[in-house]
Amino acid sequence: MKFLEEYRDAGLTKKLLKDLEKLVSHEWTLMEVCGGQTHSIMRSGLDQMLPSKINLVHGPGCPVCVTPLELIDKAILLASRPDVIFTSFGDMLRVPGSNKDLFSVKANGGDVRILYSPLDSLRISRENPDKTVVFFGIGFETTAPPNAMVVLQAKSQGIHNFAMLVSHVTVPAAIIALMESPDVQVDGFLAAGHVCTVMGYWEYEPLAEKYRVPIVVTGFEPVDIIHGIMKCITQLERGTFQVENAYARSVMREGNLPAQTVINRVFEICDRPWRGIGVIPSSGYRLRPEYSQFDAEVRFPEIQSIETKESDLCMSGLVLQGRMKPDQCPTFGKECTPQTPLGATMVSSEGACAAYYRYGRLFQNNKVINQDLNG
Amino acid sequence: MADKVDFSGWTCPRPLQNYPTIVLGHGSGGKMMADLIQHLFSKAFDNDLLNQMADSTILDLSRVFSSNGSDRLAFTTDSFVVSPLVFPGGNIGELAIYGTVNDLAMSGAIPLYLSAGFILEEGLPMATLGEVVTSMSKACKLAGVEIATGDTKVVNRGHGDGIYINTTGIGVIPQGVNISPKNARPGDLILVNGNIGDHGMAIMSLRSGLEFETTIKSDTAPLNKLVESILAGTKEIHCMRDATRGGLAAVLNELAYSSKIGIEFDERSIPVQPEVNAACEMLGLDPLYIANEGKFVVVLPENQADKVLNTMREDPLGKGSVIIGKVVENHPGVVTARTSIGGMRVVDLPAGELLPRIC
Repeated sequence: MKFLEEYRDAGLTKKLLKDLEKLVSHEWTLMEVCGGQTHSIMRSGLDQMLPSKINLVHGPGCPVCVTPLELIDKAILLASRPDVIFTSFGDMLRVPGSNKDLFSVKANGGDVRILYSPLDSLRISRENPDKTVVFFGIGFETTAPPNAMVVLQAKSQGIHNFAMLVSHVTVPAAIIALMESPDVQVDGFLAAGHVCTVMGYWEYEPLAEKYRVPIVVTGFEPVDIIHGIMKCITQLERGTFQVENAYARSVMREGNLPAQTVINRVFEICDRPWRGIGVIPSSGYRLRPEYSQFDAEVRFPEIQSIETKESDLCMSGLVLQGRMKPDQCPTFGKECTPQTPLGATMVSSEGACAAYYRYGRLFQNNKVINQDLNG
Repeated sequence: MADKVDFSGWTCPRPLQNYPTIVLGHGSGGKMMADLIQHLFSKAFDNDLLNQMADSTILDLSRVFSSNGSDRLAFTTDSFVVSPLVFPGGNIGELAIYGTVNDLAMSGAIPLYLSAGFILEEGLPMATLGEVVTSMSKACKLAGVEIATGDTKVVNRGHGDGIYINTTGIGVIPQGVNISPKNARPGDLILVNGNIGDHGMAIMSLRSGLEFETTIKSDTAPLNKLVESILAGTKEIHCMRDATRGGLAAVLNELAYSSKIGIEFDERSIPVQPEVNAACEMLGLDPLYIANEGKFVVVLPENQADKVLNTMREDPLGKGSVIIGKVVENHPGVVTARTSIGGMRVVDLPAGELLPRIC
């Protein structure tokens, strides 16, 4: 397929990896921020092909993984109500709450519907005037514009039986939190190409300067990722720390201004807890006061008083900060599998633990280890 | 015989016309049900066995094992709950026939008789049922099988999804044929009979909220004639498996697990048509996990591969046949792929329902 196969080409990959090998003289730890990149790396087997001096750690950029437990539990409460139709992206349904997930709510009679476009919530609202349709608005800056657009349209179309449970987070705040943490050792960042398509990369320039760390906007295909790594390593070897764009076919410095306008009309910055990490200041979006009529937490104040219980065994917080690789967790592949996930990182199609389990768990030192066939 | 009735452009027979939709009475065992059987099912599936009209159909063993030196029966059942009922390239009726026919064929059996159990939802348009049953009749002729017994129930509105169909099938296995998912041996080659992912993407293109315009059609088709041609050329076929739910990845994993062997293939050798690839990219899905209804893998000794490949390519349902991989001694139970960039990865069983990505 055009514009795709070129970026998955074996010959080009081989050549670039050879160039990269020549480039690198020190050991460097790079973090790819986005879970989509983590999956691409594991799915293509790129992790086993990189020069051994380059250590990739996986960042917090999986929207499903960082959605706080408290909000999952609130979603489960809302979805269980007979007067609510709960709409969500499919990936959220498998995420474990304190006691259960949204799939079990659905199985027990809750009206939970998987959406592909958040705008479908408004159609469902119109078709079900006696119910309140609650949409689970999650994600990074990539899903923020369409989610904001739903709220704008609900208001302009006078739809009153629609609300959103908002759990939006932003990337730059997460990078700041990681760089401020004494436990995180990252030499360079591969920034998430799709987030930058919306937001541009000007926000990262002061961060690169302040923390003296190169940040390279990177795409998602294997060749894109190698390209991003090369730019990052070149800077590290030279001792520079700038923001560079290695995904120019999609990203401009200013980003998508109309999309940013929509975000800013509907959302404002707030402090937000990240699952496994804790509260990161100014790291989320919430609805502006003029749209509070669409805020599910305002409309259903009774969901405020809930108690949550996180699994004692899950170490996804360390994984999301790049402080632990998924297969270093003692429960990986044992208590914790995609069928019996202890945390969201094992569930989501962008979760690092799920990527390791799915594509890499049977590899050790580039050898495939045998499956237990007696189970 | 059925070929006296022209079912092309099905129009509702007069006695059924008073009821443009299925009502509970059609499953009551009374006059309405008799009308439905007489004017729809019996006409469509007309054959001597069904016309026995007894509580159970009596099969004559000498007729079952008549001509082909068969010495064993193959017996299988499957239920069909697809939504939407009609999709590009087929409908639930064809699926119900071909699904069971193919399951029999994958054991090397020659399919002979099917049962058809219908669970109809009150309110189902009679025209839809007519269309589905007409397709089933045509599908039976194409596959060379007969519906030997059947059943109809009607459930209250809201308790079904229009039509559910269960089909059970009986076939006979020729002497010397020994096909089993446990029979793969290191050194064997793995073949597939064409592009994968068509059926699942055709269905997905119609899903509520996901509708996208596409020319992708379901590949639903009866594979028994193609299998018969293969077995006419050689009995040295170790495994066959149709790649339905879970797609090619699930089938290869099942074979690796059952035979206690490893499987290795090259991603670039997997045939996928560009439209399916594009739709998968857009939705964040992997064609390896998408369902097929007319694709199967053949595992066989290397020295049989060329001959079988030629046979398969002569059949319209096998003209896209290719070798995709091989059976290895290493990593028993595990399927690995050489990726497009030349890396290696594990190809696991799908975890659960396929869900499009968020961003």
